[in-house]
Amino acid sequence: MINFEYTRTFSAKAAIDALAKNKSAQFIAGGTNLVDLMKKGVMAPQRLIDINGLPLKDIKADATGITIGALVPNSTAAENAAIKTNYPLLAMAINAGASAQLRNMATVGGNMMQRTRCPYFYDTTMPCNKRNPGSGCGAKNGYNRMHAIFGTSESCIAVHPSDMCVAMAALNATVLVSGKKGNRKIVFTDFHRLPSTTPHIETNLQAGELITGVHIPKNNFNKSYYLKIRDRLSYAFALVSVAVGLEIKDEKVIKASLAMGGVAHKPWRLPAVEKFLVGKKITPEIIEQAAELGLQNAVTVEHNAYKVKLGKAAIKEAITKAIA
Amino acid sequence: MDNNHQNPAGGSRRDFLKKSTAVAALASLTPALVKAGENDEKIAAYFEKVPLEIELNGKKLKLEVEPRVTLLDLLREHLGLTGTKKGCDHGQCGCCTVHVDGKRVNSCLSLAVMNHGKKITTIEGLADGDTLHPMQAAFLKHDGFQCGYCTPGQIMSAICCVREGHANTPQEIREYMSGNICRCGAYPNIIDAIVEAKNGGQVS
Repeated sequence: MINFEYTRTFSAKAAIDALAKNKSAQFIAGGTNLVDLMKKGVMAPQRLIDINGLPLKDIKADATGITIGALVPNSTAAENAAIKTNYPLLAMAINAGASAQLRNMATVGGNMMQRTRCPYFYDTTMPCNKRNPGSGCGAKNGYNRMHAIFGTSESCIAVHPSDMCVAMAALNATVLVSGKKGNRKIVFTDFHRLPSTTPHIETNLQAGELITGVHIPKNNFNKSYYLKIRDRLSYAFALVSVAVGLEIKDEKVIKASLAMGGVAHKPWRLPAVEKFLVGKKITPEIIEQAAELGLQNAVTVEHNAYKVKLGKAAIKEAITKAIA
Repeated sequence: MDNNHQNPAGGSRRDFLKKSTAVAALASLTPALVKAGENDEKIAAYFEKVPLEIELNGKKLKLEVEPRVTLLDLLREHLGLTGTKKGCDHGQCGCCTVHVDGKRVNSCLSLAVMNHGKKITTIEGLADGDTLHPMQAAFLKHDGFQCGYCTPGQIMSAICCVREGHANTPQEIREYMSGNICRCGAYPNIIDAIVEAKNGGQVS
């Protein structure tokens, strides 16, 4: 690993100031992705600003919903009683990701900032527009069975690897951000970007901004499920995943929220499916139609066409499990 | 403990670079040399060691480490505790599992300097003299290994699996132990060992 300078910070202001001083500086929280990327030479920050001393470790529930501090470990969030009771979709999604050890280290903010696991991004001998803008995309005509089927561009077909973020998107979360100019909020589905011509810019965080937490509004989803399909039963990234939240009253859908993981550069909401389900009684036929709608605009490359069939099956299974 | 990593000549590399720059600057204060001095300062900062205090297996230690040293390398290479194994070095195999403040983590993905003020337990810290930890005893009884390389990580992880309340069924154990890979395939015996240790009620 290329050596670097290291600073410990204890307040949001000190962390933001330290970041502003050095353009090649990076925040480090859990480090589970960043340290790995630094070992592989994919990232080489000149300075690491350790933000683990910041007071961003609380989970607070109030009348509007729940606010989870950016430094709450993934395992703490997944085991939190209020989250398990009122936002079971989030707990399920977090527990579907990584391993028990990694969930103890990884933070909520860090989970959002993790980079793609596209092998061409990790292999510094290969072209990658994300790692080295303008160098090309190795995946486009390479081995691309893990890659995106929605929102891709000529520059990049990588997927966002998070499970937690898929649930956050379905739960209409808001990202809380602090910077030199004060605090602001970013709607979760606007936080991550599509690759377009600038795949190296992955989020809408501005330079010098710090994630302080995530707010999830109260919801009336009485049926929810997170389904993750992967190459082995545990401890692998999603081929596809589906987060479902449904409010069902008198057998009719009042509100529906669905998002997919493993299919795009960001958590992929399914607004057409949501609109379709509202007002309907869920039957096998309706589930079938919902699945068709969900994948209707998918664009595949050489090795990932199976994700269309798998994605439809996953939507069907997730809705079925949610209402069971 | 950290003597073998100090500059043999005594002073730190930073001091050495500063002195060498000062000598050069005295000889002729050209802008280029002043610039070189600034670069030296930057280079020196990279190699500056950071103070680190940890409690390791019940013993308080005051150390100084370079920021790029992982907790795993600190344990194995600097402190001579080679019980914790390096498998993949990328957080994918679980061989390097240790406890930080009682929680299982992959020491290969944790920078040592990020563990300031923490209590760290490694496989060496489990037994009480010649009395094995109940999880160690259960692994021996059930032959929960073949080559043994993943075993320290399996045992450290298994203790937390029980402690967290995730060892209620073999299925749950499989899920919550999925961060520990055993290439010999001793999984059935590992599960048996964890079930027995959990049922014995002495894992804390």
